[in-house]
Amino acid sequence: MSAKLSEIKIGNCATVTSISDSSIRLKLMEMGLLPGREVTVLFRAPLGDPIAIDVNGYMLSLRLDEAAMIHVEEPSLVIA
Amino acid sequence: MKIALLGNPNTGKSSVFNLITGLRQQVGNFPGVTVEKKTGTLLIDGDAHTLIDFPGTYSLYPRSKDEHVVYSVLSDENSSDYPDVVVVVVDQSNLERNLFFFSQIYDLGLPTILVLNMTDLAQRNGLSVDLEKLNAFFPAARIVSTNARAGMGKERLMTAISDISKNTPEKRTPIPLCPADDIACQEQEASSRYTFISEVISASMSKVEAEKKAVVSALDRFFVHPIFGYLIFAAILFIVFQFIFAFAAIPMDLIDTSFAEFGEWLSNALPNGVFSDLICQGIIPGIGGVLVFVPQIALLFFFISILEETGYLSRVVFIMDRLMRPLGLNGKSVVPLMSSVACAIPGVMATRTISDWKERMITILVAPLMSCSARIPVYTLLIALVIPKTTILGIFNLQGLVLFGLYTLGLVAALLVAVILKFILKSRDKGFLMLELPTFKSPRWGNVGITVWEKVKVFVLDAGKIILAISILLWALATYGPSESMKKNSALAKKEAKALHLSEEETNQRVASAKMESSYIGHLGHFIEPAIKPLGYDWKIGISLITSFAAREVFVGSLSTIYSVNETDDVNKRLIDKMRAEKRTDGTPVYTLAAGASLMVFYVFAMQCMATLAVVKRETNSWKWPLIQIGFMGALAYFGALITFNLLS
Repeated sequence: MSAKLSEIKIGNCATVTSISDSSIRLKLMEMGLLPGREVTVLFRAPLGDPIAIDVNGYMLSLRLDEAAMIHVEEPSLVIA
Repeated sequence: MKIALLGNPNTGKSSVFNLITGLRQQVGNFPGVTVEKKTGTLLIDGDAHTLIDFPGTYSLYPRSKDEHVVYSVLSDENSSDYPDVVVVVVDQSNLERNLFFFSQIYDLGLPTILVLNMTDLAQRNGLSVDLEKLNAFFPAARIVSTNARAGMGKERLMTAISDISKNTPEKRTPIPLCPADDIACQEQEASSRYTFISEVISASMSKVEAEKKAVVSALDRFFVHPIFGYLIFAAILFIVFQFIFAFAAIPMDLIDTSFAEFGEWLSNALPNGVFSDLICQGIIPGIGGVLVFVPQIALLFFFISILEETGYLSRVVFIMDRLMRPLGLNGKSVVPLMSSVACAIPGVMATRTISDWKERMITILVAPLMSCSARIPVYTLLIALVIPKTTILGIFNLQGLVLFGLYTLGLVAALLVAVILKFILKSRDKGFLMLELPTFKSPRWGNVGITVWEKVKVFVLDAGKIILAISILLWALATYGPSESMKKNSALAKKEAKALHLSEEETNQRVASAKMESSYIGHLGHFIEPAIKPLGYDWKIGISLITSFAAREVFVGSLSTIYSVNETDDVNKRLIDKMRAEKRTDGTPVYTLAAGASLMVFYVFAMQCMATLAVVKRETNSWKWPLIQIGFMGALAYFGALITFNLLS
């Protein structure tokens, strides 16, 4: 099921399909976050924003509006 | 030989730098920009090589002004910092992302050394790298593995550099770079690089465990917890400030008194004259006025760099970012603003970590509005002078409440000004966070010590020059004046003293007071009197406002001179008595509640600190921003004081 990374629940993982904002797409790619990658949402800041995700073994924090630009596919198994 | 040190942030790049250069380091700026440039000297077999530490970056292509330095130097062979050799530090536990940057640098064609760092962490994660296979993909590079935090690998790296210096490989044909603003070209390049890197990784790296996941430390459950997260941060701040106020005061007093005593001793030893006065009353106290800030700067950076080394600081940014954003600030603004409660100088210096230009400028501009420790003597004097010692609602001490109110006023002003600046300052870049949260580590004391040393050095050498110049100017203005009136007034004061049968000490105080009144600063005080009269001040307060530009606490000292109070113990009490007795020409007291409160408000807002101005000038690389700062803070102070005075009188 396709969703935005900002909507993924804590502890769930998802596969990046595309990044819609061109101004951050390149920067995220350079930090190892690119289409095809699997990421896991680790935790959120107290006000729900920013979030911390696992990118290939390291922790990256993103503001919610940055995460909303990242389109992901959740594995169908995870959906209740 | 010029060697460039490059790498992603959090790869232990600075540990590698410290490992091979030790204390032979210099801090400066890259030409034309305020990006910190650390250079170190390497001695290998009697040859000296220069190692230049570039800002940590994830890509050769810049995303901020700071990172632009890496691109502009490495893409321009005529740049004065263009290296002969590049050393790229790579975090072995995060090889893919690190190799992305490394492969960009490798393609520049320069002799390249790849430093595989953090080998211990990688081993713990069950990762091992086959160096030969990795080398096969980058045949022209030398690969060296180190664990710089544990001090391992220094010899291997030095040997590699030495080999290259003796037997420099020919420059390979560089693969052309994309233009810095051609995003499409860079994206294309990034995609093909990742395809290549995945080949490299699958051929050269083996994992013991099937999957590799970032470990969420148990500490993170507390540090980013909705309640404990903020409590822990508040507790850490509390401890840091306790330390600073408890321990910085001792060396600060020592510097103060020893410079005063040295000046006095020297003035007795030297023959009287202008030259002796300049040295003993101008230059020596001026140097003392620079050094007196060192304990606070050193202690604050001691704590800040520990918090940074451990990885905790990035968690503070994480939990504070959402709160600071509506104000035009960044989670990274929190530490500079908090530091400014002790002293705005280290606060402004700590804004270097904010990569977004606009957010950094706003932080620098509002930081001096936070009430610093130099305001305390002024607040204390004024509160004791005009606020009665009564209790409110049975438990609150009114004087304490007013002090708390002044701190709150400064904080609120800082936040409001930040919001206004958010709409005024124009920035083409959209603010990013995209912050790596590094794993928790114990701090390396060597790195902490070097950071403290560098920050102190930068302050004393760079900002110190400006502070010294201004303090000599202020001294000259307070000592010299139109000679006629100087002579007349001091003679008059002597005559008066004689008529009143005063002791020699009291006579000297009277003469000093008369001299100050007839000095250039005294004339300035009279000159600005019409402008400050609406605030409830007379020319004597005017003099103190001008002299306290040297540092806010000088206000107390100037008033002591003007009111002929000897600067010994209990100076506050006797000064307060004199100030209470001070009358206007119409017989009403000068220091009413309205005038006192107006002065307090003035000191909350006014930019009366040449040391901070000097640091802002250094950090922004222009006089434009410090002048804007004097302007808007001065306007706030003037109108704030005007409103206060009129409301209360």
